[in-house]
Amino acid sequence: MSTTEKIGGSVAAYVDDRVGSNRFLTRSLKKVFPDHWSFMLGEITLYSFIVVLLSGVFLTLFYKPSMVEVIYDGSYVPLKGVMMSEAYASTLNISFDVRGGLLIRQMHHWAALIFIAAMSVHMFRVFFTGAFRKPREFNWVIGIALITLGLGAGFSGYSLPDDLLSGTGLQIARGIVQAIPIVGTWGAFLLFDGEFPGTEFISRLYGVHILLIPGLILALITVHLMMVWTQKHTQFPGPGRTNTNVVGYPLMPIYMAKAGGFFFVVFGVIILISGLVTINPIWIFGPYTPDQVSAGSQPDWYIGWLDGALRLMPNVETVLFGYTISWNVFIPSVIVPGIVFTVAAFYPFIEAWATGDKRDHNLLDRPRNAPTRTAIGVMAITFYLLLFIGGGNDIIAITFDLSINSIIWFLRIAIFVVPPIAFVVTRRICLALQRRDREKLLHGYESGRILRLPHGEFIEVHEPLPAKERAVLESAIESYRAPLPAPAKLDANGVRNKFYRLQILRSKLSHWYYADDIKPPTREEIEAGQAHVAHDAALEAPLHDYEETHFVNVPFHGGILHEQGAPMTNKQQLEARGGNL
Amino acid sequence: MSEITTRDSGATPDHGHGTPDGVDPEDLARPLYEGPGALPAADIPHRPRRSDFDPKAARRAERQVAALFVLSMLMFILFCVGYIAIDPTTAVYIPTFGEVGAQNFVLGLTLGLGIFCIGAGAIQWAKKLMPDVEVVQERHPLTSIKHETVEAADQYERGKEESGFAQYRIIRRTLIGAMALLPIPALILLRDLWTSKDGGFGPSPTELLSTTAWVEGMPIVTDGTYQKLRPEDIPVGGLVSALPEDIMEIQEEEHNLNARGKAAIILVRMEPGEIRAQQGDGWDYQGILAYSKICTHVGCPIALYEHRTHHLLCPCHQSTFDLADAGNVVFGPAARRMPQLPIGVNEAGFLVARAPFAEPVGPSFWERG
Repeated sequence: MSTTEKIGGSVAAYVDDRVGSNRFLTRSLKKVFPDHWSFMLGEITLYSFIVVLLSGVFLTLFYKPSMVEVIYDGSYVPLKGVMMSEAYASTLNISFDVRGGLLIRQMHHWAALIFIAAMSVHMFRVFFTGAFRKPREFNWVIGIALITLGLGAGFSGYSLPDDLLSGTGLQIARGIVQAIPIVGTWGAFLLFDGEFPGTEFISRLYGVHILLIPGLILALITVHLMMVWTQKHTQFPGPGRTNTNVVGYPLMPIYMAKAGGFFFVVFGVIILISGLVTINPIWIFGPYTPDQVSAGSQPDWYIGWLDGALRLMPNVETVLFGYTISWNVFIPSVIVPGIVFTVAAFYPFIEAWATGDKRDHNLLDRPRNAPTRTAIGVMAITFYLLLFIGGGNDIIAITFDLSINSIIWFLRIAIFVVPPIAFVVTRRICLALQRRDREKLLHGYESGRILRLPHGEFIEVHEPLPAKERAVLESAIESYRAPLPAPAKLDANGVRNKFYRLQILRSKLSHWYYADDIKPPTREEIEAGQAHVAHDAALEAPLHDYEETHFVNVPFHGGILHEQGAPMTNKQQLEARGGNL
Repeated sequence: MSEITTRDSGATPDHGHGTPDGVDPEDLARPLYEGPGALPAADIPHRPRRSDFDPKAARRAERQVAALFVLSMLMFILFCVGYIAIDPTTAVYIPTFGEVGAQNFVLGLTLGLGIFCIGAGAIQWAKKLMPDVEVVQERHPLTSIKHETVEAADQYERGKEESGFAQYRIIRRTLIGAMALLPIPALILLRDLWTSKDGGFGPSPTELLSTTAWVEGMPIVTDGTYQKLRPEDIPVGGLVSALPEDIMEIQEEEHNLNARGKAAIILVRMEPGEIRAQQGDGWDYQGILAYSKICTHVGCPIALYEHRTHHLLCPCHQSTFDLADAGNVVFGPAARRMPQLPIGVNEAGFLVARAPFAEPVGPSFWERG
C-alpha cells in the first residue's frame, strides 16, 4: 500500500467514525446512471447555474447597489463627467477598470441566458418523454418552480446595472404592478418607495437578486437532485432495459469523470463565449433617465414571450364604480403567465387522472407513443413561439419591411388558430409513426431487394430488425394504454353512481388521450412476424453463397474495426477476457 | 465478480430474526442491500474499442489526455501573462467577432480553453481508457414496506394521543388563533417600505400620480440644454422633448428623478388646419401642441413621431397615438389617449403651460377612475 493510499484510508476512517460516510459511499460509488445525450440538458442547467453563482460573487465585490447620483470619472471617455447612478457607474467600473471584470460580467450574463435556455429545453425533454410521470411528479413541480425563479433571477439581474435599457424594463414592470386591481397602486408605491423611479428600488432588488432568489433556487435544486438520486434516473428503451432496472455506467469512475469533465467543458465554453461575444453593452445605452428611451427596446430572450403578450393584447380598459381595471396590461402580464405556469405545474396530475395511469414509469416514452401528450407539448411551444415573435415585432417589421400593424393583427388571430393546427398535425404525425413502427415489428424493414422465386413470384426481401431497434420499437407495448371504459350509471347492486358525471368526463379525456393510438402487436405476434421475415430472407441465402464465392469475398480493411457477424455482448466479452472489465 | 445479494423467492430468507408477524412476504423477497463489488454487466451487444485490445492505441489515448491537461496548464499561465501585460484599453479586431477589448479577448480565450481542456481530458480519459461496459442495477420500489407504514401510523397515533391535541379543545383552538394572527405583524412590518418625507400622512398615491410639476405660467425648456423655447424654435413637422423650467431645482430638492418621470412632454408643430381635434379648445399655440411623453400603456417615454401622419409610436409595445386627433389611440395595446398640456406664450414671448395636466399622465392605476 502506498503512502497516499494509507493517508486516504485513514482520512476515510476518521470521517466515517464521525458521520458514518462509508455506508453511504459503498452504496453510492457504484450507483448506475443511464446515458443519453438529452440527459446532459439538466447537467448544462446545473453547471451554468454554478457559473452564475461563482461569477455573481465576483461581481458583488465591485458592484454598488445605489441610486445615488454621482459624476462618472472612469476610463470610458464618452461618459466622462456625466451624472449617473452609483449602480451604473460601478457597472462601468467593472467593465472598464477592473481587469477581467468585463469577462466575468459577460460570463454572468451568458451563463444566466444558457441557464434558462437549458432549463427550458430540459423541461421539454422531460415532458415529451413522459419523465414527469409517477413517481416523479413532485420533481416536475419543483422544476416549474425553478423556471419561474429563473425568470425572476434573470429579470432582477437585468435591472441592476441601471442603464437606459434596464430602467425601461423596470418602468414597464412598474406599469404592470400598477395595473393589478385593488392592490396594484399601493403595491407599486411600497416596492419603489413612492413614485417611479425613486431612489430605493435598485438596492431592494439587489437583495432579492443576490440572496432571496438564488437561495431558493439552490434549495430547490438540492431537493431536485436528491429526488433524482433516490428515484434513480429514467432511461430510454433499449436492449436489456426494463422498467425495473437501470442500465448505464457506475458513478465511480465513469460517470464521475464524464459528468465532472462536462462541468469543465460547459464552464470553459461559457468563458470562451464571454471572451468573444459582447453581451449587454451597457456603456452604449447610457445612464437611466425616465424621459428617454432607445428605439427597438428589447428584453432578454426569456422575457420576450411576456413582452409579446403585452404587445398583442387589444386595448381593453374598463372603469367600474370609479375604479380602473387595465385588462390590456393585467391579462397579458399577470393572468396569462399565471395560467401558463399553473397548468404546467399541474400537468402530471391532470394526465394521471385523465388516463387513470397509476403505474410507475422508469422507462421513458418515445414521443410518438404518446401522441396526445406530444401534440399538447408542440401546441404549447407554438403558442410560446408566436408570443415570442410578437415580442420582436418591431425588429421583424424593420428587417422584412412589413407593417407593424399587420404583424400584430396576424399574431392576434394566429395565437388562437395556429396552436390547435400544430396539435392536430403533430398528433397525425405521431400516429403515422406508430403505424410504421407496428409494420416494422411485424414485417421487418424493407431491404429494397426484389427476389424472383422459382415459380415466378416476385417478393421484396424484408430483413429482421436489429436487436437494438427491435427493443426500442417494442417499448410501444409498455407505452400503450387502452382508454378507460365508460362508467356505469348504476352499480351491480343498482345503487346510483355518485361520481357518474366526473367519471364520464374522465372517460372522455382518456379517450381523447388514447382512443386513436395504434395498438402495438403482442410479443408473440412480433416473434412470429420476425421469424417469418427471417424465413423470407433465408430464401435469398443461395444467392449470397454464390456471390460470396465468386465476387464479394474480398476482405475489408477500411474501418477501425471490422468483425464478422454481430458484435459480442457484454457477457460474452467478459467471459472471453476472464471476467476483467 | 460477485452477484447482488437478493432474497429471491425460493431461497430461505437469511436475516436471522424469522418472519415478524404482519410482514408482507413480498417485502422479504426484495433485496436488502446490494453486495460489495462490481455490478453485473448488461447483456447487450458491445463492440470493444481499439484501446481495449491494442496497447498502442491505449498509450496514444493516454498521451492525448495528458496533452490536454498540459495545454490547460499552459493556458492558465498565459492568462496570468495577459492579465499583467495587456493594457485594458487597447482594442483588437477579430474576424467575425468585430472590435473587442484585447485583454477581455485574451483572458476569455486562455481561461476558457484552460478550463475546457480539463473537461475534454477527463471525458477522453473516460471514453477511451475507463471500462465502457454498461452495467445493470435493479430498481427498488419506493413505497415503504407494509410494516413500516403500519408502524409510522402507530407512532403518529400514539404521539397525537400523548400530546392530547384532540382532547384539549381550548388549547387547540387558541393555538390555531395564535397561528392565524402571526402573519399580521409580518405584513404590518412592510408598511414602511414607503413613507412620505414628513413621516406618514403625506399625499396619497392617487394624488401623487395625478399631479405633475406643470402649473399655470410654467415656462417650457428643452430636455438636455434646458433653454427656454420660443414658438419659432419649433419648425412645422418638428418634435422637441421638453420639461418644466424648474425641473433641475426640484431634482436637487427631492434627490430623485420622480418629477422628471411625470413631467416630460413633447412639443410638435403642425399647420393649424391639420389639427382635427384637441383635448381642450385652443390648447395649441399657433399649431404647436404639447403632449405628455409618458405612454399611457405601461409608461415608456415616447419620441418616435411620424410627421406626415402625425402618429406617435411607442418603441416598447407599439401603441400608436394620433396627435392631430387629440392624442387618441389609433393602434396598439394602450387604452387611453396621451394627455395634452394647454400652452401659450408669456409676455417675454416664451412658451409656457397655461394650466396643469387635466388628467393623470402615465399608466393607468386602480384608483384613477
